[in-house]
Amino acid sequence: MTARREVRVTVNGRAYARNVEPRMLLVDFLRHECGLTGTHVGCAHGVCGACTIVLDGVSVRSCLTFAVQAEGKEITTVEGLADGESLTALQQAFHENHALQCGYCTPGFLMSLTEFLRETPNPDEGQIRERLSGNLCRCTGYANIVSAVQMAAQRLREKGGVS
Amino acid sequence: MKPAPFEYFAPETAEEALALMAEHGVEARPLAGGQSLVPLINMRMAQPSVLIDLNRCPELAYLRGEDGMLVSGPMTRQRELELSETVRAACPLIAKAMPYMGHATIRNRGTAGGSLSHADPSAELPGVALALGAEMIAGGPNGRRTVPATEFFFAELTTALEPDEMLCEIRFPEAPAGSRAAFAEVGSHFGGLALVGVAAQIDLDSAGRCTKAALAATGAGERPTRLSSTEAVLTGEVLEKQSIAEAAEAAAGDVEPLEDLHATAHWRRRAAVAMAARVLHEIADEAGTR
Ligand SMILES: Cc1cc2nc3c(=O)[nH]c(=O)nc-3n(C[C@@H](O)[C@H](O)[C@H](O)COP(=O)(O)OP(=O)(O)OC[C@H]3O[C@@H](n4cnc5c(N)ncnc54)[C@H](O)[C@@H]3O)c2cc1C
Ligand code: FES
Ligand code: FES
Repeated sequence: MTARREVRVTVNGRAYARNVEPRMLLVDFLRHECGLTGTHVGCAHGVCGACTIVLDGVSVRSCLTFAVQAEGKEITTVEGLADGESLTALQQAFHENHALQCGYCTPGFLMSLTEFLRETPNPDEGQIRERLSGNLCRCTGYANIVSAVQMAAQRLREKGGVS
Repeated sequence: MKPAPFEYFAPETAEEALALMAEHGVEARPLAGGQSLVPLINMRMAQPSVLIDLNRCPELAYLRGEDGMLVSGPMTRQRELELSETVRAACPLIAKAMPYMGHATIRNRGTAGGSLSHADPSAELPGVALALGAEMIAGGPNGRRTVPATEFFFAELTTALEPDEMLCEIRFPEAPAGSRAAFAEVGSHFGGLALVGVAAQIDLDSAGRCTKAALAATGAGERPTRLSSTEAVLTGEVLEKQSIAEAAEAAAGDVEPLEDLHATAHWRRRAAVAMAARVLHEIADEAGTR
């Protein structure tokens, strides 16, 4: 055991303060301390992407970050995407394109792809697939995820919006 | 598995970080992007008892041009090296190699200094640093010293840094006007650690003749390898089919690949030749000499 430290973070607009050991991973903090179980743990060594969140404005692996490193920072998790019952364009497109089956990988895909669509509003399939290489899905075979990203990108361009 | 306990420090200046490293010595590891260190800690393949987190030292993250050099702080994120206009203009080889390093989300966090200090033999940035003739500035209890890339990478995951030293700055010579750069690699899947890669920067005169060639291979030895024979064959030549074939073949004698689970030494040697040919063809196509 090492001395616990106070970690104060804002997750999806809500403030949390907890005392944790430095070795606690951010993903465990979100799940066990904040009760935000939408962020999943697949591998805990950076390769699967299931734990992807947004920290300080960019997507990161929450299994490769310690909770203490997030002290004073802002975090967005998959629970922070939808506005109440209304899904984001990307979430809606995942739903319509059957881009998830078991859904274990989905939160990570949504967090990574939300950033991707903001940076690349008009992506071609190659760019989409390159981005998808950072997240593993064992169910869908990715084709429907590619379609979902294309649909979301098109709708966002028509709307001229970002989310 | 969960990480073993450790003591955690988050210094706010480079000086403080260095003082902590001097105090804790071999027990301590600096924590940069964590994209290599934290997986090792999570699997308990590494159990440092002290972590010195460099992420709260803003003075360690910068990029600037200075006297013909592109100068990077150790904590500059790989994603910034990939997207920065300064990098693209000064050292296009870095910008070209960066998209091969893992994935965007990994590069959002992974740093220049972390990749170079980690010194994975297959990693792209160490190969690029070697090809460009970069200089590493190491800081420690006795002040700063400059280590050329040729003397920085010792062996797999081993560099010239002493346990109480920190990589404080990386200086890449700017690409001369008229030079061209290319990077190519082969691996099992995109974004995974590659098997073998080659980084090249070739200076061409107005007639398309190579006046200076700089190439380095990754994944073809226990550290990145300069392809000196390829460079010698190429210098003074126009890049066309024949000269490229001869130069690339010369790489077979430069590399000393090891055999492992993923590939035989012979396969890695042939892959280095193939990647050398690929980058040279790309450069010849761009320059219109082929
Ligand atoms: C899914 C995935 C895919 C990846 N794919 C690739 C790839 O294709 N190519 C590739 O090259 N890498 C790849 N990596 C690893 C790469 O992302 C790491 O970023 C890099 O190797 C280490 O950089 P870091 O900033 O994360 O360093 P950390 O992991 O924080 O540190 C790495 C090591 O360097 C030491 N260190 C860090 N900074 C300093 C410093 N300033 N001075 C002294 N020592 C220091 C640390 O103590 C540690 O021992 C991948 C990682 C993941 C998770
Ligand atoms: S759980 Fe973090 S990448 Fe797999
Ligand atoms: S939907 Fe099951 S892993 Fe992706």
